[in-house]
Amino acid sequence: MKAATSDEYKILGTRPIRHDGADKVTGKAKYGADVQFANLAHGKILRSPHAHARIKSIDTSAAEKVPGVFAVITANDFPDPQDKIADLGEGPVTLSHLGSNVMARGKVLYKGHAVAAVAATSTHVAEQALNLIQVDYEILEPVLWVLDAMAEDAPLLHENVFTDSMGEASEKPSNIEKHLHFEKGDIEQGFAEADIVIEREFKTASVHQGYIEPHVATADWNEDGQLRIWTSTQGSFTVRHQTAELVGIPLSRVTVYPCEIGGGFGGKIAVYLQPVAALLSRKSGRPVKLVMQRDEVFEGTGPTPGSFVRVKLGAKNDGTLTAGKAWIAFDAGAFPGGPIGPGCMCVFSCYDLPHATVDGYNVCNNKPKTQAYRAPGSTHVAYATENVLDEIAGELDLDPLDLRLKNAVKEGSRRVDGPVYPEIGCVEVLEAVKNSEHWNAPLEGPYRGRGLALGFWFNCGLKSSATANVNTDGTVTLIEGSTDIGGSRTSLAMQLAETLGLTAEEIHPQVADTDSVGYTDVTGGSRVTFATGLAVCKAGEDIQKQMRQQAAVLWDCDANEIEISGSTFSRNGNSISFQELAAKQLQLGEPIVGRATVAPDCSTNGFGAHIADVEVDPETGKTTVLRYTAIQDAGKAIHPSYVEGQMQGGAVQGIGWALNEEYFFGDAGDMKNASFLDYRMPTCLDVPMIETIIVEVPNPDHPFGVRGVGETPIVPPPAAITIAIHNATGVYMRELPASPPRLWKALQEA
Amino acid sequence: MKNFEYAAPANVESATALLEKYGDAAKILAGGTDIIVQLREGLRAADVVIDIKNIPEIVDYQYSADVGLQLGAATPCYRIYGDEELAKAYPAVLDSTRIIGGWQIQSRASVGGNLCNASPAADSIPSLIAHQATCHIAGPHGRRSVAAQDFCTGPGRNTLEQGEMLVALTLPPSKPNSGSAYLRFIPRNEMDIAVVGAASWVQLDDSGESIQSGRIALAAVAPVPLYAEEASSWLSGQPATAATFVEAGELAKNIVSPISDMRGTAEYRQHLVGVLVKRTLKIAVERARTNQ
Repeated sequence: MKAATSDEYKILGTRPIRHDGADKVTGKAKYGADVQFANLAHGKILRSPHAHARIKSIDTSAAEKVPGVFAVITANDFPDPQDKIADLGEGPVTLSHLGSNVMARGKVLYKGHAVAAVAATSTHVAEQALNLIQVDYEILEPVLWVLDAMAEDAPLLHENVFTDSMGEASEKPSNIEKHLHFEKGDIEQGFAEADIVIEREFKTASVHQGYIEPHVATADWNEDGQLRIWTSTQGSFTVRHQTAELVGIPLSRVTVYPCEIGGGFGGKIAVYLQPVAALLSRKSGRPVKLVMQRDEVFEGTGPTPGSFVRVKLGAKNDGTLTAGKAWIAFDAGAFPGGPIGPGCMCVFSCYDLPHATVDGYNVCNNKPKTQAYRAPGSTHVAYATENVLDEIAGELDLDPLDLRLKNAVKEGSRRVDGPVYPEIGCVEVLEAVKNSEHWNAPLEGPYRGRGLALGFWFNCGLKSSATANVNTDGTVTLIEGSTDIGGSRTSLAMQLAETLGLTAEEIHPQVADTDSVGYTDVTGGSRVTFATGLAVCKAGEDIQKQMRQQAAVLWDCDANEIEISGSTFSRNGNSISFQELAAKQLQLGEPIVGRATVAPDCSTNGFGAHIADVEVDPETGKTTVLRYTAIQDAGKAIHPSYVEGQMQGGAVQGIGWALNEEYFFGDAGDMKNASFLDYRMPTCLDVPMIETIIVEVPNPDHPFGVRGVGETPIVPPPAAITIAIHNATGVYMRELPASPPRLWKALQEA
Repeated sequence: MKNFEYAAPANVESATALLEKYGDAAKILAGGTDIIVQLREGLRAADVVIDIKNIPEIVDYQYSADVGLQLGAATPCYRIYGDEELAKAYPAVLDSTRIIGGWQIQSRASVGGNLCNASPAADSIPSLIAHQATCHIAGPHGRRSVAAQDFCTGPGRNTLEQGEMLVALTLPPSKPNSGSAYLRFIPRNEMDIAVVGAASWVQLDDSGESIQSGRIALAAVAPVPLYAEEASSWLSGQPATAATFVEAGELAKNIVSPISDMRGTAEYRQHLVGVLVKRTLKIAVERARTNQ
């Protein structure tokens, strides 16, 4: 496939009103919390007050006797998955870990870990019953900081987790569940060639995805054994698979109805409530709804890892990087799994290092099981690498932009974890920085500084399906399975419209349930506009093929004699529009239904650079972001407003990560700030309007050149902000968040 | 949250009778912005919730330049910052009511409720203390008054005895050449809880160069909001200069006993006392000079 140039497009690059817009602004859109049934029971979950404890016994008898209580369940109500491993679309998962996270079995591993659940006439009755459940805990010492958890004598979370070190298992059980090692070139030689070598250590706190909509699920286990689930999820098919495995029924017995979703950012892929609601429903004989409160979301669902990252870079006096070495340790949280792989992949992904080694460790500790969060693992490592690079620029008295341009990866560069880049836009992004008004605008005044940082996310392909029904009024109903988080319905409809020569409004996109559309992987990895987009384009081509055949019937000719231009089918001076042909389809032959499934096995490689201007109040340590610009290669921006929205949203989340967001734990491993009051995400008053510059270097693997854009924008902000703080104050903040107390203290000590 | 009875008495006597009858199992509902959340989250429990918004003297205020302000305990914040005369007379109170929650909260939340909730970090209490507010309390055995700085007795605890309720606050009339200000430090710019709060009130001499008297009050640096007595009395006769503001801040630091928590360390909070006292005195003096 060859990407076309933008001026060939009629629909792509325009900004039509989103198809789901009216429903959302008028409050009619159905979210998970809006699901209602006449005999609905309401569930609540009892959660552990301890960060680490053995469950000696659970007595639910008093709770079961409360009037209005329909069912009480514990881990004993779930089948024991034993050692079974299932591939849930994002790699193999040990089902006992997944199940024990949903409902603790034997041990609780973090404060907020679910231990029992109740279904009752109301949440108030359910709460009353929860208070009567007696859990006898043997409290164990918790371990929270990742390096502490790696120590030989650290409290051990799992007797059955052994370190997987490049395929070799350790002899003794360990909190270190995985060790990865990558190398390229000769690291000794690389540092020997350097004129300057700088090595620094960085720490980041656990931060949450912070979606506004809490987790919610309603399950209805029918008398015939069919299970229906309405939920807020990034992937209805993975919810189907995970739930079926955990409750022990074939997946064809489960139908998942994805509701509108109020944010996910990676945190709404793993199941929490769905299997619990299912078993409560089976036991109570009623549909059961579970809705988390905000503290349950913070304490019981995935943050991204806290981390320790050590980065060493060597450079020649002219700024040419000669070598890089990274040592990365990430929280896994309560159970194995996490983004250490991507962390290793991304630490040097923006720079062409001839010699490099990367070691990564994934470490279990007494925090909630970490989950994906927007470019999982990349923000942590970019924060480290970009700060060291900035320090090298300072030491060598080089322009930080020129230093990055000099070392930027391009087509043919090989990343430390193996892949060789195809056509990418890293250099073009940096050139856009160089030409931007912001980069060239003066920044004056005391305690003000500007920071520049680069970021990368690989973006995945995975699998998608789409069906498109041509209606006799000339419109097309598009049925796809990617739950719509960021305006993907419209971006997909636009791609179909462009393919068929129609308008975006002539396409009616629907996100369908798991019985109504072909298998589709999660909305994640910045893949939907690319991969489901690919399926949509192919479904459009399938429609054109069928319509060409009908035109051939009409004109009594061979189908390959028909030419298609936009929405016009023509042959020898005869022509007929898409709409006219659609109207005749039932007379001419079979109904026209386009379908396509895709499994693109490629990355779409998104690069972005951010410019941050800050001002620091030296008396309080408070940082104000004065101006902020995000620049990114989108390949081809299908709907520029949504691309800009992704860039702005990611930047704001990254600014929060940089300045204030953190899980604040007490000595007992208990989170102290499980509310939006004290878990300080930025409000609209805390950030300036985020400016955006879209760069378009077409992706060769997509007919329109689309690259994923959703994740890259969260990667540069902590680096850009802390570099700006350094330029404002002379202090490098090597621990996140760079919160006012921490920055004030650093200024005192400087 | 368990079920509770709801009562909406029409006068203070009926309310105090209910309070006496139910004791700790009765909770007062004014704006409800604290109590509803606390009931839902299990932080407080109630058998009966007494809505006092049907009691006229509790939901309204009266002001005259000669007599001062009589503020019904359940008067919502927006009524205060919506009144230009009040804004001019009690600028620190205005500062406080503008930053308690967002607009929706300010439409319901009251200064009296903020006081009764007795949070060490309450935004309105330092301003009440700085403006020498008096709390008027009704109970089964009659009425009594206490100074605002004596109302809170610990985090979430106040001087009210069984059967008692806060009816109103009075603030003395504004003095000539006076001004006040409240600032809190928060890591964000809105919708946050004070790491430290400080209110300052000053009266200048006719030249505007010297401080005749001053009052400084602090929040979130002790179990209760504090009146900084030594720093306040030291201000009398001092020149209204930057050096004075700094020195007053240093004196105010002496009385604080902050904790370290997720909002900041004790060391940081103590430091912020100096910063905020300095900054509020500067604003208060500017307001005194310009009669704002």
